[in-house]
Amino acid sequence: MFESMPHYVFLTALICLFIAMILVLIRLYNGPTLYDRVLSTNSFGTHTVLFIGVLGFLTGRPDFLDIALLYALINFVGTIAILKFFRYRAIGDVLEKREADK
Amino acid sequence: MSTFYLIVDIIAWILIVAGGLFAIIGSLGSLRFPDFWSRLHAASVTDSGGVILLLLGMGMHSGWNLITFKLFLIGAFLFITGPTSTHAVANAALVSGLKPPRQLRADLDKSDD
Repeated sequence: MFESMPHYVFLTALICLFIAMILVLIRLYNGPTLYDRVLSTNSFGTHTVLFIGVLGFLTGRPDFLDIALLYALINFVGTIAILKFFRYRAIGDVLEKREADK
Repeated sequence: MSTFYLIVDIIAWILIVAGGLFAIIGSLGSLRFPDFWSRLHAASVTDSGGVILLLLGMGMHSGWNLITFKLFLIGAFLFITGPTSTHAVANAALVSGLKPPRQLRADLDKSDD
């Protein structure tokens, strides 16, 4: 009676996450300010982590969780790097400080 | 014993479907809310509710093995980095001059006194 139930449950969650990702992409496309876009990028990354995990369970290969963990790490570092770049116009050392030291 | 596993599976299915609905609610809020500060609030629904429910549901579905540990690792990492990156976005927006709406600012000034 319940044999094929996990398939439908994971498919439902996958479709929900897909719709949510499309809505976040619409906000990413016409967000009025830069920070709306950064927030949408971060939210899209979180959705992608969950999407990869649910996809792994749906196809019966939970090894996809390694990729999801890696994506979570890269997403966080990427958000911080984008914010730092738009604040200081440089990802590594800050240029004005280096010129002031000379 | 078989009934016990069936009950655990049913709870896991409910949690997974609820997590998918929370993801839709959060992204719908971040699409429809009027300004940036309320969109921050809507985006945190997915970061907290959706992640908790989906990872808990998948962990209950898989049972105790290596997959549960990986799910726990993902959950712990998202719990540290999600609020941190949201705070970083909010702080950068405030420093760059994006102000909250006037009514909210009046309320904040009143609570400072």
